Amino acid sequence: MARIAGVDLPRGKRIEVALTYLYGIGRTRARQILDATGINPDLRTHELTDEDASRLRREIEQNHKVEGALRTEVSMNIKRLMDIGCYRGLRHRRGLPVRGQRTHTNARTKKGPRRAIAGKKKAPKK
Amino acid sequence: MPRSLKKGPFIEEKLLRKVEAMNSMNTRSVIRTWSRASTISPEFVGHTIGVHNGNKFIPVYVTENMVGHKLGEFAPTRLFRGHGGKLADKRSRR
Repeated sequence: MARIAGVDLPRGKRIEVALTYLYGIGRTRARQILDATGINPDLRTHELTDEDASRLRREIEQNHKVEGALRTEVSMNIKRLMDIGCYRGLRHRRGLPVRGQRTHTNARTKKGPRRAIAGKKKAPKK
Repeated sequence: MPRSLKKGPFIEEKLLRKVEAMNSMNTRSVIRTWSRASTISPEFVGHTIGVHNGNKFIPVYVTENMVGHKLGEFAPTRLFRGHGGKLADKRSRR
């Protein structure tokens, strides 16, 4: 059972993929970590020796920011923007896109599900 | 794409001169500027700068956190008063 940074890795997957279950590690990072520790990326998680697992754990702890620490960093960055009152911070506060995208249409990822506007008539069906 | 590091940050020279003059004399007063594109450099910290938003000058008190941002980021140019309300509602029903 490989447990790294408080997350259980899926047993049956190749370790290269299994590492991406950690927040902050994608395929590129996973590859780098395996190169640095010299572990074969084709091994399955359950095939890792205890020694391999502890090497991975050490590598990730020392050189990578993952999970909770990374989440805090991201939210602190956003909080900083909001606190200094700059344009990007204002956009975060209002839940609108930050990087200059159009909001006339689209932007639903940021804005969430459409809210009905009171008194607006539906377009007649033909 | 960010600005080339070779060039260094853009700061309107006049503005920087004024800030440095105030720093050397230890005075504080609001400097008005139209230069929204100027980067805030560490010398600006503690000063209040009136940044033009196209209509009037918005006083911006510069703190340490703001270094590296542009002045214009702190003076919004658009005023959103919200959609709808009673007036708009009546108009749309006609």
